[in-house]
Amino acid sequence: RELSSESNIHIYCLNILVFVTLQQRDPMLKRDGFEDILEERRNSSDLKYALRCYAPVLYKGVTPCKANMLKNIVLQSDQLRYVINQVSQESGEAPDIIQEEASVILEEMAHRLQISTVRFFAFALSKAFKTLFQHVCVNEEGIQRLQQAIQEHPVVLLPSHRSYMDFLLMSYILYTYDLALPVIAAGMDFMGMKFVGEMLRMSGAFFIRRSFGGDKLYWAVFSEYVKTMLRNGFAPIEFFLEGTRSRTCKSLTPKLGLLNIVIEPFFKGEVFDVNLVPISISYERILEESLYARELLGVPKPKESTSGLLKARRILSEDYGSIHVYFGQPVSVRSLAQGKVNRSTYNLFPRHIPRKPMEETQSFVNDTAYRIVRLQEDNMVLKPWVLMASLLLQNLEGMELSVLTEQTVWLRGLALSYAAFLDWPDHAPTAKVVSSSLALHRGLACVSGGRVSLVVGEPLGPVTPEEALFNRAVSVLSCASYRNQVLHVFLRPAMLAVAMLHLSDEVYNCFSFLWDMFSNDFILCPGDTVQDFEEACYLLVKTGAVQMPQQDIVMTDIGQPTLSFFNGLLEPFLQGYQVVCRYLCEEASEGLTEKQYIPAVRSFHSVLCVFTGNLRCYEVLSSDMQKNALAALLRMDAVRKVKVADQVTLIVNKMAVNSIDDILGKNRMISHINQTQISPSLSLVAVAEDLCRDGLTPSYIR
Amino acid sequence: DTVLAAATITMKLTSTVCFPRQEIMKWNGWGYSDSKFLFNKKGQAEFTGKRYRLSGMVLPSLQDWFENTFGASVNHKSPATPALNASAVPPASLNEAFVEDLKATGIPFSHEAEDRVFRAHGHCLHEIFALREGKKFERVPDMVVWPNCHSDVVKIVELACKHNVCLIPYGGGTSVTSALECPPEETRCIVSLDTSQMNRILWIDEKNLVAHVEAGIIGQDLERLLNESGYCTGHEPDSMEFSSLGGWVATRASGMKKNVYGNIEDLVIHIKVVTPRGVIEKSCQGPRMSTGPDIHHFILGSEGTLGVVTEVTMKIRPIPEYQKYGSVVFPNFEAGVACLREVAKQRCAPASIRLMDNEQFQFGHALKPQVSSIFTNFVEGLKKFYITKFKGFDPHQLVVATLLFEGDRERVLQHEKQVYDIAATFGGLAAGEDNGQRGYILTFVIAYLRDLGMDYYVVAESFETSVPWDRVLDLCRNVKERINRECKERGVQFQPLTSCRVTQTYDAGACVYFYFAFNYRGLADPVHTYERVEHAAREEILANGGSLSHHHGVGKLRKEWMKESISSLGVGMLQSVKDYVDPDNIFGNRNLL
Repeated sequence: RELSSESNIHIYCLNILVFVTLQQRDPMLKRDGFEDILEERRNSSDLKYALRCYAPVLYKGVTPCKANMLKNIVLQSDQLRYVINQVSQESGEAPDIIQEEASVILEEMAHRLQISTVRFFAFALSKAFKTLFQHVCVNEEGIQRLQQAIQEHPVVLLPSHRSYMDFLLMSYILYTYDLALPVIAAGMDFMGMKFVGEMLRMSGAFFIRRSFGGDKLYWAVFSEYVKTMLRNGFAPIEFFLEGTRSRTCKSLTPKLGLLNIVIEPFFKGEVFDVNLVPISISYERILEESLYARELLGVPKPKESTSGLLKARRILSEDYGSIHVYFGQPVSVRSLAQGKVNRSTYNLFPRHIPRKPMEETQSFVNDTAYRIVRLQEDNMVLKPWVLMASLLLQNLEGMELSVLTEQTVWLRGLALSYAAFLDWPDHAPTAKVVSSSLALHRGLACVSGGRVSLVVGEPLGPVTPEEALFNRAVSVLSCASYRNQVLHVFLRPAMLAVAMLHLSDEVYNCFSFLWDMFSNDFILCPGDTVQDFEEACYLLVKTGAVQMPQQDIVMTDIGQPTLSFFNGLLEPFLQGYQVVCRYLCEEASEGLTEKQYIPAVRSFHSVLCVFTGNLRCYEVLSSDMQKNALAALLRMDAVRKVKVADQVTLIVNKMAVNSIDDILGKNRMISHINQTQISPSLSLVAVAEDLCRDGLTPSYIR
Repeated sequence: DTVLAAATITMKLTSTVCFPRQEIMKWNGWGYSDSKFLFNKKGQAEFTGKRYRLSGMVLPSLQDWFENTFGASVNHKSPATPALNASAVPPASLNEAFVEDLKATGIPFSHEAEDRVFRAHGHCLHEIFALREGKKFERVPDMVVWPNCHSDVVKIVELACKHNVCLIPYGGGTSVTSALECPPEETRCIVSLDTSQMNRILWIDEKNLVAHVEAGIIGQDLERLLNESGYCTGHEPDSMEFSSLGGWVATRASGMKKNVYGNIEDLVIHIKVVTPRGVIEKSCQGPRMSTGPDIHHFILGSEGTLGVVTEVTMKIRPIPEYQKYGSVVFPNFEAGVACLREVAKQRCAPASIRLMDNEQFQFGHALKPQVSSIFTNFVEGLKKFYITKFKGFDPHQLVVATLLFEGDRERVLQHEKQVYDIAATFGGLAAGEDNGQRGYILTFVIAYLRDLGMDYYVVAESFETSVPWDRVLDLCRNVKERINRECKERGVQFQPLTSCRVTQTYDAGACVYFYFAFNYRGLADPVHTYERVEHAAREEILANGGSLSHHHGVGKLRKEWMKESISSLGVGMLQSVKDYVDPDNIFGNRNLL
């Protein structure tokens, strides 16, 4: 009951805190307008543009040096020499040999940024973008802020990662605005494409292996290479905090390795400050859309190859709508670290000797990473289709077009009052907006006889039930990747809504459970449970969905549609996690290995769906959700990893998993009713009304 | 041949009449009353008086430099209050019984407002600024005593203990750490113990090369008197015209020629200190002892919290046969630091080696006196052309190291060659004796220049630190940047001047000295703004691996960082010494702890 007394205090402070929270978040919500950079490209020569004078402003403390000199500086650095000697002593190899190894690693890694290649891309991408996209919109105020920041301090560009396009697009935009071109950390997968890989290298990409866990030398070369570029002000450094492209269009929980590397020079006093610039790249339609869904369903990712890229040319005939690129406010690491990290703890150790970051530093970097990803989320531009997809997924049987239109308008209002960055066409009638969204996404949804439903790819010939399920799942997952884009706006109130409809425990405890459970699936800053809870309360109160008389949280008369929509929004996640729990309790064999886990859950679920017709949840077929659910169970100690020989085996604590299943299951009962009714939102209202009548008002503290 | 003034400020008391220092020294600024910078009617800067090499000279480029650097104008004056307003001084609250007993000893004392105010401050910016503004004083000493010798001090301390009077030792008054400020919460009678009358060399021991000296002696007098016998201490802190031997011991002072002679802790052989518990001194003058922790190190840097240093035996050296200045120009600060590091590594540092950054180099140039001969001008022009055009040095990047060699002629020349050879490997070009000497002149007149700045809305201060070699560049860059940023954030309307120099080299690191100044027009409370910026700069120093102080000390200005600097256990150790030696806090200046 400790938690509830804690929450007791929280509720007293709630009004004040909510106000403060709001004030804190408010400035971020003042957003800049956009300019379409393709407009000029459509009206003037691409060749001239590619050959125009390019003279960006540089960091004021820049030490001019060529890409080649950079390698020498790295190879001769004290930092690297120290590790080379260390590795040499451990392995018994001569330092010269290790030095040579380091040099090979660096050769494999290093970029060879040159302006001529960038000009080539400027030309080629101009052509491609004009064919693929209607608009490429950029907030020019953000560009101005960036230009200022580049001169003042070393800059790290942190774009969101949804597509292969991202980093070419970034360099393209920076070239367009005459800004310093970045060097970009890219995964080695690109190196498979010989020619293209080299082209990317010459446009500023440097390549890192996907995993190099224990390789001290590799780490030393890599981190020194990045730090040298940062310290010298060679170029802005760009990498993806999410580590890889998000196949689900949800932001991925940040990876800390590179962030640690770029922040360390500040802690060591080697630079005065480092500016982190969150950049949100929103695609109206993602080029890789259906590829991602298949990948999530276990169809292996096509290996990057140049010929594959050429085949992708058919993509060129399609319309991918617009791209919005929002350059956020540069975040000063110095200001963030003020009062959180005591830099003088770095005074007593030689700076060139690699050290594990201290706990204080680790948690600072972790916290910073989450905040940056949230800033990326905040400035993601959402299209009307995102709202429509959210509604369609709650009505898999299809919806009347008029109902969809009506509910989309309702949802738009809700999204706007929750400060979503919605790009809704001005002055266009709603029907027009809905129909043009449907037109752009005709591969996902279609209208027939006044009903809108998801498009399911029908292969020729007879179809096994498993194939039918797979095809259905592809379309659901593709659609879900759009719904996922709006989740960050609704997530907190939605978790509260689920918690409120969940009666056995106090609302805060339940919220906190969900918060913890979902912290791999969504961006929830570590330690922010209370703050998020308050934000959720504030938002639900603001839109009139709940009231908070004294210490209770009560649904209002007009709150039912909102709460039921939210419940439906998270339903696939609750169901998915539950399926994983069931599998682990009922099916999982004794020596289940980590490798077997995903295919096993997938087939368990397929069987469940196809033969019992019991569950309609397709999203649990996604490897992403399966991994996140497992990670949550591991975190909650319901499952343990044990390394036996070369295999990692999962040890399931069935009691614990069962009780988690139980907690999730109580939600599911409601959802079952929800699913079996024709109009889910109405049914939920009915359930909620019943509950209220029975005097079971969800109370927050008893 | 030294840059020092010839005159002395030490004066003897005649009978009971106190001969006040303030007659020849400014009461609200630095140094001698007759020496000051001013802009004459033509707007040209000149330095008045006859004491210094710059005295009586016109400095044609100073005005331009001053106006351009600070955005100041010679037409915008911020003059100081002309005289001390006695009504602004709180009345003396005397301990009558103490005064009665003191009278019986015959030791001279005073409770004149001017005497008390003169000893109520050091030379921090806020202290001088307040004097100039004629602000009301919160707390000043209630009286001043002038002991004439060790036994006088013993008597005074005994009486102070008997009557529970607070004693604050006062030497040269050149503190820049608020160490002389009276704690406002002190309710007892505060007596300033002025050591200026204890200024004799008691004996010289040529066999062991030591001299026994009273601690009140002022640096320049000590050197002059020893010179008469053919000796010197070689201890030359920048404040040596005014600072005292006792003060050096109490703050762990450092002299510019420490590479040859050592810092104060290397120079002292024996110290006699009068404390409330009695007199501390060692029983012999052995050059090194293994007798537990060195008790001298409780005294060195005790900042007047434990007692009064009355007599010191210190090392002396024969006056060097030959002295030579020199200078080297480097293309940038990085190259200069690398050279100094190499010189330190090879342990071949000359008596003094200092590296001034570009700002200070330009500042030095602004102090060039009018040159009479066209030929010199022409030569100067040629040199400039050679360095900037022919060697490709950027005049806004280049820095200069100033050197001072001492010893017998042949060795000096040999040494000089060695240092210039090292410099050449870092792109350094020899830039002549004149430039070198000018660098050292700057040291002595800089404090006078602050007074000029304050006449025209410019406040300025210096601070120092010591830092390991590998962090020198980062620390200098970050501290300057921090100052610039803080000034901007705190509403300073004009770009501040931030400048630094590496003033001492050690095996493992260097001493770095910062100058910081800004035009305060448009600021409501310039001193407060200034203090916040300095505070931030000190935090930046600590975060970048610099020490709390290399030689200025802690005083009350930097007390808040003591725990962080020496650990709370360390503070506890010092506190327990204080508690034992001075349980009633007779030496109640509240410095350090």
